[in-house]
Amino acid sequence: MNLLDSPSMSRRRFVTGIAAGSAFFGLGLGSTLSLASPSNRLGPSMLKGNQFDLNIGYQPVNFTGKDRMATAVNGSVPAPILRWREGERVTLRVKNNLAVDSSIHWHGLILPTEMDGVPGLSFDGIKPGKTFEYQFDVNQSGTYWYHSHSGFQEQTGLYGAIIIDPKEPDPVSYDREYVVMLSDWSDEDPEAIYAKLKKLSHYYNFRERTVGDLWQDIKDKGVTQTWNERDMWNQMRMSETDISDVTGYTYTYLMNGVTPDEGWIGLFKRGEKVRLRFINGSAMTIFDVRIPGLKMTVVAADGQNIEPVTIDEFRIGVAETYDVLVEPSDDSAYTVFAQSIDRTGFTCGTLTPDIGMTASIPNMDIAPTLGHRDMGMGMASMPETSETSAVDHSQHQMSTAKTISDKKTDHKSHDSLPEVLGKAGFGSTREITHVSTEAGPQVDMRAISPQSGLTDPGIGLRNHLQKYGRKVLTYADIKNLYPTSDPREPTREIELHLTGNMSRYMWSINGVKFADADPIQLRYGERVRITLVNDTMMSHPMHLHGMWSELETGEPSHIPRKHTVIVQPGSKISYLVTADARGQWAYHCHLIFHMAGMFRQVTVS
Amino acid sequence: MKIFKKQLLMFKRVFLLSILSISLLLSYVSPVLADGKDDPLLTKVLIDQFEKRNTDGSDPWVLDGQAWIGKDLQKLWIKAEVEKVNSETEEAELQALYSHAIAPYWDLQFGLRQDFQPNPSRSWAVFGIQGLAPYFFEVDTALFIGESGRTALRLEAEYELLFTQRLILTPEIEVNFYGKNDKALGIGSGLSDVEAGLRLRYEIRREFAPYIGVNWNKSFGNTADFARDEGQDTDDLQWVIGLRAWF
Repeated sequence: MNLLDSPSMSRRRFVTGIAAGSAFFGLGLGSTLSLASPSNRLGPSMLKGNQFDLNIGYQPVNFTGKDRMATAVNGSVPAPILRWREGERVTLRVKNNLAVDSSIHWHGLILPTEMDGVPGLSFDGIKPGKTFEYQFDVNQSGTYWYHSHSGFQEQTGLYGAIIIDPKEPDPVSYDREYVVMLSDWSDEDPEAIYAKLKKLSHYYNFRERTVGDLWQDIKDKGVTQTWNERDMWNQMRMSETDISDVTGYTYTYLMNGVTPDEGWIGLFKRGEKVRLRFINGSAMTIFDVRIPGLKMTVVAADGQNIEPVTIDEFRIGVAETYDVLVEPSDDSAYTVFAQSIDRTGFTCGTLTPDIGMTASIPNMDIAPTLGHRDMGMGMASMPETSETSAVDHSQHQMSTAKTISDKKTDHKSHDSLPEVLGKAGFGSTREITHVSTEAGPQVDMRAISPQSGLTDPGIGLRNHLQKYGRKVLTYADIKNLYPTSDPREPTREIELHLTGNMSRYMWSINGVKFADADPIQLRYGERVRITLVNDTMMSHPMHLHGMWSELETGEPSHIPRKHTVIVQPGSKISYLVTADARGQWAYHCHLIFHMAGMFRQVTVS
Repeated sequence: MKIFKKQLLMFKRVFLLSILSISLLLSYVSPVLADGKDDPLLTKVLIDQFEKRNTDGSDPWVLDGQAWIGKDLQKLWIKAEVEKVNSETEEAELQALYSHAIAPYWDLQFGLRQDFQPNPSRSWAVFGIQGLAPYFFEVDTALFIGESGRTALRLEAEYELLFTQRLILTPEIEVNFYGKNDKALGIGSGLSDVEAGLRLRYEIRREFAPYIGVNWNKSFGNTADFARDEGQDTDDLQWVIGLRAWF
């Protein structure tokens, strides 16, 4: 795909945004150019080549009517799109013009550990006023992204798209392409948001149960059933409306750096095949994406080509990417609609043949509530309909709720037992156990019978085919386009529990936060299975640096390779990892306010 | 008596010092977080009740608040209750506690309590548990051990009923027991007094909520007898108007 064939994304911005000829030198001019103006509805500019000068600096922005300071790259929020070519060696000179340390992590890129951009693991970070030169070979193609790995700079704007053109002809043919970068902006300082969550964890939740809801429930279901349904929540001291920690109360959701009020614009001509490269560059927000009136064919997940699968709607966790093809066959406009998982806000843009033509913006779906399954009390016999069918819950309520608070942790160590592992590609067959470090004030819940998150579209997306006629992508639908590159069976299985205490706002793995944890040791060359068990009521997008997370979706010959995997509330999921990259790697939840605690170092030696 | 005054003076100094050091720390620790540290040193000040009470006699001003500084699992905790009538301080109680998380929803708290008013003042050691009980009852309970074998037990519970996301009704109750008579203060052994309140607040922001409500208290047993001897009422129903705020 020639760059100049897609004028809307590339040439146009080249001409208007950047002094001619500067592209290959990068933008040394950073702070003097102001591309971050929210009135720019076409999204960030693109830099192409293999030599880049990236300037991290402060940038005044105004997304909400209030002037705020963002952290930007070359004055742009989102940062410029970087376009590389597979097989080339890229050099990126990153200058930090901030008053604090900074860094850039190339998310999803397979590269040497010292180029990975994680302060404390890969390098010391980039000190104020200093320049760090990243240099590495690009051995993959697809849609990726880059962001700061220091402090909360990602929340304040330091994220951008990476497109890598394949060396071989692209198996996906298309006439036009756009990056669709989703993100969340707050006028509040992220430090202030974090402090508020620690002081009052439900600060941003304005969907708590009211007396009116109680009255309605009693009228509809009677006192006994209402009592029974609420018993678990009351016992556990948790809220079924607790979907996102940080909500539309403070966030303005952006598409390519454009607010929904303004609306990002992507142009097309009738009959064109348009490739949309969705990236979720949010700090805290999981999005559900659809384009009313258009089927989407998903052709890549996390940059890797997959067997095309046609759907109407997909969930994109923080840091995930999906490439989809759409083929608008008429001269209508279409709304690209991304609603937050908790339905407290959305962002949108328009795919249109005419800049003056817009489409209607759909209403957000009903806000979901958590059910038993999402609290790790899934029953095999129970339908996956926590948000609709509360009837089945009552009979299990008393016993399960009790067990969770009385549950004794199992001290048995699986590592000492000779065990038969589940076959590669099919996931874990082991019985889930909770380790002793999961007991204590830092952990408020343990999933008793976590179900696999593979076929579950997730909270708020279940039964959409029946309800709205929308087919929703699940992880089970994802098959790699190419045969599995490492068909070996895993030689061992590492079970990690994602843990936390919602009300104290503490996050950890196996009840131990990063600061107190030993690294996870992998032997160079080994093939291991990682099974993640989510002992919390939040979805956690888990990101392993440096190596692929090969998601076991039940197709051993075509295992998809991901860099970020959503672990649904109260659920489990498994993936295989080939430890083929020596060094120290970060492994963490990509929700920015969970990350500091829910984090492990992975050492491959 | 002299020794006791000395103690009191020291106690006051300790309090002043801790408040001073807290404000120093406050100015020092912002911004609270650098480079992804998960557990920053934070402070919270909660003015739970700052209200004018409307009674038969003089209308008192009441302040009931807490403040803490610390991390996820360990905090220094200050609790204060002050009642003023006609600019005279009728009651002033201050607790300085070390708070340690012992369970997901519970903190163990111990430290010192000083009742500066009424006269004579009293000092206590405090052992308490504060947290959230099942069914979302906020509980604060403490055992106090004072000089001369005095003991006291206080149970407090509070519940929040949401009419809307911002209009919130808070029923609360406080019960006090004492181990023996403290006639100088009109306190009798056993169940001494019960205070119950019902406050309806509107959260303009999470941090800022004016309210109206009623407050009722009644004394029992020997305490009630002492009150009757003094010609005072043993129960009192008050209208209140006030402000709840935190930062």
